[in-house]
Amino acid sequence: MQMIGEFRNPELVKNLCRSISRVTTQKWKIMEICGGQTHSILHYGLDQLLPPEIELLHGPGCPVCVTPSQILELAFKIALQKDVIFCTFADMIRVPGEYRGSQTLDFYKVRAMGGDVRMVQSPLEAVNIAKNNPEKEVVFFAVGFETTTPVNALAVNEAEKLGLSNMFFLVSQVLVPPALEALLGSPDNQIQGVLAAGHVCSIMGTKPYVDLAEKYQVPCVITGFEPTDLLQGIYLCIKQMEDGRSEMENQYSRVVKSDGNFKAQELMQKYFQVKEQGWRGLGRIADSGYGFRNEYAHFDAEVKYQKLYESETRTPSCEFVCRSGEVLVGRLKPTDCEHFGKICNPSSPLGPTMVSTEGACAAYFKYRNQGRGINEA
Amino acid sequence: MKLENCPIPQSGYSLITLAHGGGGLLSHRLFEQVFLPAFDNEYLRETHDGAVLPQIHGPLAITTDAHVVQPLVFPGGDIGTLAVCGSLNDLAMCGAEPKYLSMSFILEEGLPIEVLQKIVESIAKTARAEKVVIVTGDTKVVEKGRCEGMYISTTAIGEIKAPNKICPQQIQSGDVLILSSDIARHGMAVMSCRPGFQFESGITSDCGSLWPAVQALLQEKVQIHCLRDLTRGGLAAGATELSKASGFEFEVHEEQIPVQNNVRAACEIFGLDPIHVANEGCFLAVVAATDADRCVRILQAQNGTALARKIGFVTEAKGSAHVWIKGAFGQRRMLILPTGEQLPRIC
Repeated sequence: MQMIGEFRNPELVKNLCRSISRVTTQKWKIMEICGGQTHSILHYGLDQLLPPEIELLHGPGCPVCVTPSQILELAFKIALQKDVIFCTFADMIRVPGEYRGSQTLDFYKVRAMGGDVRMVQSPLEAVNIAKNNPEKEVVFFAVGFETTTPVNALAVNEAEKLGLSNMFFLVSQVLVPPALEALLGSPDNQIQGVLAAGHVCSIMGTKPYVDLAEKYQVPCVITGFEPTDLLQGIYLCIKQMEDGRSEMENQYSRVVKSDGNFKAQELMQKYFQVKEQGWRGLGRIADSGYGFRNEYAHFDAEVKYQKLYESETRTPSCEFVCRSGEVLVGRLKPTDCEHFGKICNPSSPLGPTMVSTEGACAAYFKYRNQGRGINEA
Repeated sequence: MKLENCPIPQSGYSLITLAHGGGGLLSHRLFEQVFLPAFDNEYLRETHDGAVLPQIHGPLAITTDAHVVQPLVFPGGDIGTLAVCGSLNDLAMCGAEPKYLSMSFILEEGLPIEVLQKIVESIAKTARAEKVVIVTGDTKVVEKGRCEGMYISTTAIGEIKAPNKICPQQIQSGDVLILSSDIARHGMAVMSCRPGFQFESGITSDCGSLWPAVQALLQEKVQIHCLRDLTRGGLAAGATELSKASGFEFEVHEEQIPVQNNVRAACEIFGLDPIHVANEGCFLAVVAATDADRCVRILQAQNGTALARKIGFVTEAKGSAHVWIKGAFGQRRMLILPTGEQLPRIC
């Protein structure tokens, strides 16, 4: 298939691996930011084609995984309201979360309890559902990074144009650079090189990574998702580290332009503003999320269903058990978690990283012999 | 059978009502005006509580299945073709020639009778083409909202034509895995028209009967050890189940698995792996190595299995039995079954 086959060409993959081996002279730790990249690496076994000196750390770039459990609990409560149609991306359906301090729920269970939860592929479908069900309140669970936020904004725009008063958005939108900054600035930071998430950069442009590379003296290579993209990204990153450079480089130039997607940025700015945001695993980070601007608060489900929000902050008990927070920041390898493949597996996940198609634990479970070494069989 | 003469019911009802399931006049009309003319045969015409069938000489195979597909009509088929082919394919996987079908319909109040008629016609057409007789059945109507249009439950009876038992326990080390056609068409065709996922793709379901292909293999005396139709869970589920049941390890070469370009593209967009996506006219044959090439040639000469090819082999298991996928870069990964349904990803 054109535009895919070329990027999975075994000959090119072999050549890139040889080039990487040639330039690697010492141990390096590189973090790939996006969960899509993590899955690609494990699906194709790319980490096993690399010289043993290179360790890949898996980053926090899984929107489902970093959604704070308090928001998830609010989502369950909203979805269980009579007269609410709750729309969500399919990825979110099986993420477990606490409900009223005792029960663990996910959206399958919410459905079984009578909640009208619907999977949608785009937030615009939720708007359509709201249009066709004026007697219902329709809530879309707007989670996502900079890649998904513009589409959410487009849906708000559509709801506004249609004059819908029954359409609400439960927003948990996150921004990569502030989170990356929190990781790079932490005293026990291990990240020596960064593969930045190509699709996020296609919206936001390359500038934030020029600044990060300079401020933290760490190479940032904007990288795509196909095997040859990832290997080329790794090659460029290693080359910089070996040469003692820390620059922004754009491996994914066929998609990412330096200014990003101006129209998408404009649309996001219109409805959303940067705010402090809670991240699962990382805690609250200043300026790391996108929330509704005050003038659009009538679309905000958190405002609409304020009475359902329990204000007292408590750490849900499942978070004591699940170590996804450490996995999300690259401090814990999924297979090193004591629960991995034992009490935690895709059928009974302890946390989001075992559920999401972009979660690192799910990737290891799926592609790595449930945690046992690949050559062990 | 004269389908073209099938009368539209003159009952004055254009929608299914609870009264159609009440066993009274409307139930009778539904049977006499919709089901009987389409399925017409001597057993059904007796309008008895059950069908009394003549003796069959060989051993019997029996299978039962429920069909709840949404939407009822999808590119390449509908719930009717699916119900017939699905049941016959389960028989074919036992090496049995399909003989009789029993069908039970659960209809939702408010279903347009025209839609029912269209599905019934497609059932009749498929059954006729596959030489299977619908000998008995049942209809129930449930309140609106208690089912999505209609559900069909089937039981099929067939006569075993295979000289040896075809089952996972017959699988041996050294056997070859043969895939009958390209994969993932049914799942993606249905997804392409499901509310919330609609996309234009031109993908049509592979929904079809597998008996002709299996019959050809049996007639040519191919040493078939096991067959499995790759429905829900796709090739991944089928191969994993056979590996577990037989206690042998399977190695599958990813590059050898044919996938249509538009199907692969749709899978890419939704973040799905084609090996996990459902099929309705595709099977995995586990055959003796000495017969593998011949098996492929025979299948390739058949309608619907022209893309048949060898995709891997069976080896002794070291420890518990697994399926291994060998990828294009030489990497090997173990296949695990997905937990629930295939969930498309966010970005």
